[in-house]
Amino acid sequence: MKYVDHASVVKRMGSRMIVNKIFKALFFLATLFALLALGLLFYRIFIQGIGYLSLDFFSNFGSRFPEKAGIKAALIGSLWMMAVVAPVSLILGVGSAIYLEEYAKKGKINDFIRMNISNLAGVPSVVFGLLGLTIFVRALALGNSILAAGFTMSLLILPVIIVSSQEAIRAVPKDLREASYGMGATKWQTIARVVLPSAIPGILTGGILALSRAIGETAPLVVIGIPVIIQFLPENLLSQFTAMPMQIFDWAKRPQEAFQSVAAAGIIVLMMFLLLMNSIAVFIRNKFQRRY
Amino acid sequence: MASNDHQANVSVQDMIAKQKGKKGKKRIEKSIPVILFIIASISVLTTFGIVFTLIFETFEFFQRVPFFDFLLGTEWLPFSNNEPLFGILPLIAGTFKVTLIAVVVAVPFGLASAVYLSEYASDNMRRVIKPVLEVLAGVPTIVYGFFALTFVTPLLQQFIPELKIFNALSPGIVVGIMILPMIASLSEDAMSSVPNSIRDGALALGATKLEVAVKVVLPAALSGIMASIVLAVSRAIGETMIVSLAGGSTPRFDLDMTDSIQTMTAYIVQVSTGDAGYGTTIYYSIYSVGFTLFLFTLLMNLLAHVISKRFREEY
Repeated sequence: MKYVDHASVVKRMGSRMIVNKIFKALFFLATLFALLALGLLFYRIFIQGIGYLSLDFFSNFGSRFPEKAGIKAALIGSLWMMAVVAPVSLILGVGSAIYLEEYAKKGKINDFIRMNISNLAGVPSVVFGLLGLTIFVRALALGNSILAAGFTMSLLILPVIIVSSQEAIRAVPKDLREASYGMGATKWQTIARVVLPSAIPGILTGGILALSRAIGETAPLVVIGIPVIIQFLPENLLSQFTAMPMQIFDWAKRPQEAFQSVAAAGIIVLMMFLLLMNSIAVFIRNKFQRRY
Repeated sequence: MASNDHQANVSVQDMIAKQKGKKGKKRIEKSIPVILFIIASISVLTTFGIVFTLIFETFEFFQRVPFFDFLLGTEWLPFSNNEPLFGILPLIAGTFKVTLIAVVVAVPFGLASAVYLSEYASDNMRRVIKPVLEVLAGVPTIVYGFFALTFVTPLLQQFIPELKIFNALSPGIVVGIMILPMIASLSEDAMSSVPNSIRDGALALGATKLEVAVKVVLPAALSGIMASIVLAVSRAIGETMIVSLAGGSTPRFDLDMTDSIQTMTAYIVQVSTGDAGYGTTIYYSIYSVGFTLFLFTLLMNLLAHVISKRFREEY
């Protein structure tokens, strides 16, 4: 005796199966839309900017003439800013993560800090610019210096670094900690010599990704008044400077057609920089991250 | 012999006592949590810093401009020489237009991608598509802004001849592309966390994959999906560089998508790149606009939090 009448199943399911297939194709096409947008974006900018990408572009300062405009000041400026953002945001971020994961007792204060971090992550970057303008540029009188911009950017990416460091620390298995305590280590010894070393690949991966966000971020720099026409390289942390996204913003705004291509060339440099950082992050993740 | 045993006992206890008595070590153990607590409280201080900065400077602004003129005014003409007007509604209208278009683009495409990734895609497919979405999410907004201005706007002008160089449509679409990965990946997370047993149950009853996705997985993951959309809306509201480059700087209180607009964020950028001196009404106005913006995004973030907490289905 047949339990399943195949013909009737096909008859009843047929149209529904077709609908399923149609929607599967639709969903796939919608997913392709994102890939297409990304491809188009890269292709357009590459075609537009490649003509202006030469060695001179790296060695020239900003200029009123598109042929002479270069990204030197902006590239070096971005690196200087990173020299502030990287240590400040990593120390603050990892320190906070250690406190929240290892020391904080479950309770209202802890919940409040967590809630606060998730809300801070949702504050628009332009508002961080207003904070930087009031606190760092004016109240602490740092002016529109590397230090002021670096501090502002550090606070901007702080929530991202805290969350990714927390995840990295949480992924360290409890056995390792117990073993360390069992050997007579104190809590801080356990954290510094056992937990952090095994969490460091994860912390670095998240940290580099957050830093690459800080490099591409424009709005806070605009608000704290970072200039664009800079004809010198910064000498110390209190120097004026300009950064790559600022420079690109300025070029893109100019009415001359040729500056659009200069902006595209600047974007290629910026994207190459980000690509490099992301590759390092992926490399660290694949090479050093242990799974327990 | 007996004395030797005794000696050994004492020495171990001594060692422990010695170790315990080390003052430096104790001090480190005691001071580390305090230091770390101070570091952790910096994130809280940042929030307070933002809120107080915005409140103080906005208060200063309201000394010069009446509160209700700001809240209900339909004209934003801060640079007018004879009679500057500070009615926030045109800026809110600009932000609203861009956000609306962004949502119209991002929600269907984002959700469709999420359904595809979580219900249909093979592991290999997922391994290709997910990094692409991550890259898309990591592209700096200035790059999107440039793309909107130099590619999307000219492209749209071929279909809509009356479209101005600066408009709401093009930045709206590009902001939509920007927030798409966020909706896709957060919704996919929500859908993937629906247990397979539920899917299998539906499939065993004769449902197709589509029916499983729409009638079983979507409702079960609804809280996560809604939260992802709200978070993406919050991101769209706060987006700055795309609208600054491609949206223009003409605040207007209407629903025209084809003409130049100004959003709250773009106004802050316009003033910051101009030369409004410290202490002028225009200077304080960026804080009042920033505060309004902050309230909008805070509201959205809290809403997302409540949705994901209150309506989560536990399995």
